[in-house]
Amino acid sequence: MRWLIDRDANRDDSWLERAAGAPLGPGLGPELVTLADWLARRDELRAGGRPVGVLLEPADDPSALAPHLSDLALVAVRFPAFTDGRGYSTARLLRERLGWTGELRAVGDVLRDQAAALARCGFDTLALRADQDLAAAQAAIDEISESYQAGADRGPLFTRRLQPAAQPRATAQPRATAQPRATAQP
Amino acid sequence: MYLYDEIDQRFVDERVRQFRDQTRRFLDGRLGEDEFRPLRLQNGLYVQKHAPMLRVAIPYGMLSSRQLRKLAQIAREFDRGYGHFTTRQNIQFNWPSLADVPDILAELAGVQMHAIQTSGNCVRNVTSDPFAGVAPDEVVDPLVWSELIRQWSTFHPEFAFLPRKFKIAVSGSDQDRAATLVHDIGVLAVRDVDGETGFRILVGGGLGRTPMVGHVIREFLPWRHLLTYLDAILRVYNRFGRRDNKYKARIKILVKERTPAGFARAVEDEWAHLADGAGTLPREEVARVAARFTRPAYLRLAVRDDAFEQRRLSVKAFDRWAGRCVHAHKVPGYAAVTLTLKKTGVPPGDVTADQMDAISALADRFAFGELRVTHEQNLVFADVAQRDLFELWNNLVPLGLATPNLGLLGNVICCPGGDFCALANAVSIPVAAAIQQRFDDLDYQHDIGELDLNISGCINACGHHHVGHIGILGVDKAGEEWYQVTIGGRQGNDAAIGRIIGPSFARHEVPDVVAKLIGRYVELRDDPAERFVDVVHRVGLDAFREAVYALAD
Repeated sequence: MRWLIDRDANRDDSWLERAAGAPLGPGLGPELVTLADWLARRDELRAGGRPVGVLLEPADDPSALAPHLSDLALVAVRFPAFTDGRGYSTARLLRERLGWTGELRAVGDVLRDQAAALARCGFDTLALRADQDLAAAQAAIDEISESYQAGADRGPLFTRRLQPAAQPRATAQPRATAQPRATAQP
Repeated sequence: MYLYDEIDQRFVDERVRQFRDQTRRFLDGRLGEDEFRPLRLQNGLYVQKHAPMLRVAIPYGMLSSRQLRKLAQIAREFDRGYGHFTTRQNIQFNWPSLADVPDILAELAGVQMHAIQTSGNCVRNVTSDPFAGVAPDEVVDPLVWSELIRQWSTFHPEFAFLPRKFKIAVSGSDQDRAATLVHDIGVLAVRDVDGETGFRILVGGGLGRTPMVGHVIREFLPWRHLLTYLDAILRVYNRFGRRDNKYKARIKILVKERTPAGFARAVEDEWAHLADGAGTLPREEVARVAARFTRPAYLRLAVRDDAFEQRRLSVKAFDRWAGRCVHAHKVPGYAAVTLTLKKTGVPPGDVTADQMDAISALADRFAFGELRVTHEQNLVFADVAQRDLFELWNNLVPLGLATPNLGLLGNVICCPGGDFCALANAVSIPVAAAIQQRFDDLDYQHDIGELDLNISGCINACGHHHVGHIGILGVDKAGEEWYQVTIGGRQGNDAAIGRIIGPSFARHEVPDVVAKLIGRYVELRDDPAERFVDVVHRVGLDAFREAVYALAD
């Protein structure tokens, strides 16, 4: 079993990584294939309504998936080592530029101490490395409760500071710029 | 001084808790060394020769007296009673124990300080002009922009694992005093014809193994786009920078491979998607950050203080110090003052805890409780009334902080070197000491004139040897310490990388080599105003090579 978390519920699932060029499994189970395989074999893959996901390697250009996103049930991004940060940019491009709203999964060397950054860049499921503690990874996502800069998950802190969310503005309230301590509590 | 609000404070408090947990897991054996390493580096913690080394961030070099007192307390309680100011405006403690580091970070958080991203392959502490906000030649005050970059870069989720470290410097003056040409990104604040603030953006500068001067990729970026443009540069670098070879992983290599124009196109293409997006700065946010900076409550004073001028005439030593270490200020009757940390026999940049306390008291008395750290490893009181200068000088002299060698040979920039640093090939502090001793005569230093002498103990170039008029680099030759000498480097608007004069030297030969270079310079200079580096660029290297190697041949 692989450890898998998402922001709302822990779960297990049956996606299997299919090596490049390997024959498909029997039946119509979910298939997670390389970008090259998807581009070369997509008619075969889609036949029968099988759920198909694409696993992007760090050097893959996510925009190659732009015309195909509606055909996919999953996009996964591999982290061959947790210190290889290319997948963070891949995720943000998928979410913020290509408009991918389906499941975005980090696979490979995925560790609890990177869970927060992965979540902020748009991953909603993390296939943790087998030795990782599931509950700890879930908790790590909110260890740092705010974020200064824009991410795939939310806008920059200054938008919340300048316009306290869900707090109706009192008519007499001074402008936030004139009262720097009047800031939003997230 | 930027004052945290409660959200800024929560970031550092939560970081302390997070790092305490990470450290505990490492010490318990639940977190492996390879997995802990990037985490501790992103909190400034190196494992060094003798002990861990903790590098504490001093964003754009600004410190309050309260913060400096806290650094003194940390030096006493957790270290050996001193700290080392670095060429990136940070401070390092060389002797803490790993188990104490979470407590040290908690102490720092109590005074709105941290060690976040002072190391690791991420966006490092942003640096700026030590005279920001007070320099008469300033076009745009870089402090607010530096703080905005600090916040943007802090825990940036996309750029925590870049191919290599990443350094940004911000300047807002006609004269660059922040070494922006030798940073991964140099941000030069400028104004357009309508007076609107914007930035000239340079990329691909840097020292280290492959020293290069940065290239302008955008002449004018309107201020509201600063952060989205930085996102675009970093994203291009994060995606396409080399990761197969750490020696070719800095952004300068990518810029060179793609050519500056090609790299600029990639950034502009990326930025086209980000421009005017969520990260675009609203005017209100810039005003909000600006309002959180305390500003000195200046008195209304005459432009020139007569008593100060008279003291200069009557006290020669004071006059010499004032000529070297006192700088013009944009507010009438005020001056900025450099406290030199370059007394002969003291490692450049080192300050004891007692000195820190004394400096804090002087800052409270004379400088609105604030000070700056410079990339030349000195300190600056940015706002001193001219009428207080004599009294301040009288207090600095016994502390050893008034050596009038700023800009002269004695103002050596020097990394910790092989005495402390695990990366070093050779010691650097003893070389600095030997040179300072050889040229201890200040009259002779003044006669030689302006000369930057920079020493690095290894190719990582923390001592900025490439931009020294004379640069000295420690190299390893078959297990022995040797020193390679470059000349002709310089910092500032016309930054240049020094060139190697020839085969390297044994440590004991270095002071003689420096003496020969200077002797030849004195022979060649047209007049005393022509600096060493000017002569090198006028006549070339051969005349200097001849002076140094003639007898050896």
